Amino acid sequence: MAEDAEIDEHGAAARPAPQSFAADMPLLRIEGVAKTFGTFRAVDTLSLDIRAGEFFALLGPSGCGKTTLLRMLAGFETPDEGRILLDGKDIAPVLPHERPVNMMFQNYALFPHLSVYDNIAFGLKRAGMARAEIAARVAEMVALVKLEGMEKRKPDQLSGGQRQRVALARSLARRPQVLLLDEPLAALDKKLRESTQAELMELQRRLGTTFIIVTHDQEEAMTMAGRIGVMDAGRLVQVETPRHLYEAPATRWIAEFVGDINLFEGRLTAREHSRLTVTTAGAGALMVSELWPPVTKDVVNVAIRPEKVKLSRRAPAVGEGAAHTINRLDGVITDVNYLGGLTTYKVKLESGAMIRASAANTARLDVDAYLAGQRVVAWFTPDDCLVLEQ
Amino acid sequence: MSARRIFARPARFAAIAPYLWMVLFFLVPFGFVLKISLSQTAIAQPPYTPVFDLAEGWQAFTAALSQLSFENFKLLISDNLYILSYLRSLVVAVTSTLILLLIGYPIAYGMARLPQRWQGVAMTLVIVPFWTSFLIRIYAWINILQHDGLLNKILLTLHIVPAPVVWLSTDSAMYLGIVYSYLPFMILPLYATLAKMDTSLLEAANDLGASPREAFWLVTFPLSLPGVGAGALLCFIPIVGEFVIPDLLAGSDSLMIGQTLWLEFFTNKDWPVASAAAVALLVLLVPPLLLYDRLQRRQLEGGR
Repeated sequence: MAEDAEIDEHGAAARPAPQSFAADMPLLRIEGVAKTFGTFRAVDTLSLDIRAGEFFALLGPSGCGKTTLLRMLAGFETPDEGRILLDGKDIAPVLPHERPVNMMFQNYALFPHLSVYDNIAFGLKRAGMARAEIAARVAEMVALVKLEGMEKRKPDQLSGGQRQRVALARSLARRPQVLLLDEPLAALDKKLRESTQAELMELQRRLGTTFIIVTHDQEEAMTMAGRIGVMDAGRLVQVETPRHLYEAPATRWIAEFVGDINLFEGRLTAREHSRLTVTTAGAGALMVSELWPPVTKDVVNVAIRPEKVKLSRRAPAVGEGAAHTINRLDGVITDVNYLGGLTTYKVKLESGAMIRASAANTARLDVDAYLAGQRVVAWFTPDDCLVLEQ
Repeated sequence: MSARRIFARPARFAAIAPYLWMVLFFLVPFGFVLKISLSQTAIAQPPYTPVFDLAEGWQAFTAALSQLSFENFKLLISDNLYILSYLRSLVVAVTSTLILLLIGYPIAYGMARLPQRWQGVAMTLVIVPFWTSFLIRIYAWINILQHDGLLNKILLTLHIVPAPVVWLSTDSAMYLGIVYSYLPFMILPLYATLAKMDTSLLEAANDLGASPREAFWLVTFPLSLPGVGAGALLCFIPIVGEFVIPDLLAGSDSLMIGQTLWLEFFTNKDWPVASAAAVALLVLLVPPLLLYDRLQRRQLEGGR
């Protein structure tokens, strides 16, 4: 967790942690950038490096400043503090229409009076490209987003998915160094969104353009991005790969924002090598493997993802000598939710606390399915849970 | 009786009401005017023949009907006076509309870009002149423009002119009056179009390499054309038939068709020719009216 900046929930100073790539300077470097609207600090001294060819996602709830950050990269807002370096050069004095950065807008912002062809050609004409060259580039872009035969249509004659493709083609036509995508899939329905996600990733791989996407949908960010920057209240709280973000969230807030998680607050009562014992009110004494960096606080949260909680009818048969390393919680199933691919359960523990578990439905006919009211043992290993200090 | 039928009747009446209104107060009077335009002048009360009187029987009615002719319309075409009046009306209307557009567009554009809470204030300022009678406002202009009026006093005090300038009874005064009176009708439709324009379109244009000036001409202006059309027609159509402003502010050497009409009707007591001129004016205004209607409809559909 290299990006594990010190952040607390009260918004005290965060340590801006620009990674140093002495050998290869990142394509985009954001240095202590801040933006205030009136008294609202939309972006708060934020630093971030993005390498060339990355698919980077800015993830956060609405109002966290992710769109403001994107608009500063596009040049629609000017930072109050800090610098934005593109290829090592400060782009603050470069006007939006002169930046080698293009943006795909959330509402697509297609020109309603222009055809698909003219929408895509708009940026090329501004660049003073020759007519034949424009035609060739537009044809290439139309093929890229699979809109052949639609060139003469106006935006209002297109479906939502087609409009999204025109917007994408238009923003890619000038071959920008960085493509900014503001909630590009928010207006599409679920099925279309999934297929478009795959297409966007494929497109990004083929073109090698740096993509920066802004989204509030953690699944979307996890699916597409190579790295995710999680934002909250104008700050970058963690920058990690999707896997790290999910399995090793830096804070309780991130753990709850990205995916589903069970949390048990307790006191650290024992430490034996790298095995911690946390005594919780809800789930008794829990054993957790300690990771780097070491836990420094006494009052902590033990966090466990629902799919890592296993259920069985009686205590699991465990290998010799390993029995004491499993967390076992007795309880009664109160809620069963069948979701098709998986089923989620709510288990009421003896303390009255609830724990959520989920299991993949790997067999079509499950005669042994758990029912509400059934007594079960919920169990998980010390490696499957983690300690969150804040 | 079911609830549905109780509600259906007023609903049906509501649909018919505007048509009833149109027939009663537009189509029927137009029928009278059309009939008079086909009659001949007479020194009588009313001052034309034939007069239809159904009490005299069917025979008399058909006899009267056969007396109708297109003589007055032939006169309109053959006499320079009328053609020149029509031409002057068109020239004045076109020129005024262009001036209105040049002044109104920047105002509407500025209003649309004001912060939300100031837009209402600006709107009120545009509408405020309507609180005073139109005629009084034109008389106020006469006061300002006359020989010892406010304008000349200011110009003399500032030593911009050595002697009072003749403003009144000139075309300049008339254009001033027209532009002043019709400006709100140009601004309001333009403002309506410009205010609802999506600002992200301008950002997109900017993002794609268009300077703010280019973005205006490539995006804002083309998208405001329905408003330009609506505003232009909303001014052009009534200006063609304008009577009061040219009569009070312009000189008397050349007349607009509205003035000619008035002259024929009241001074010359030639109702048939006046009616023919009115019918011809209406026919002239049908194409722009249809155009306006189409623009309005397209805008309604566009604003779904």
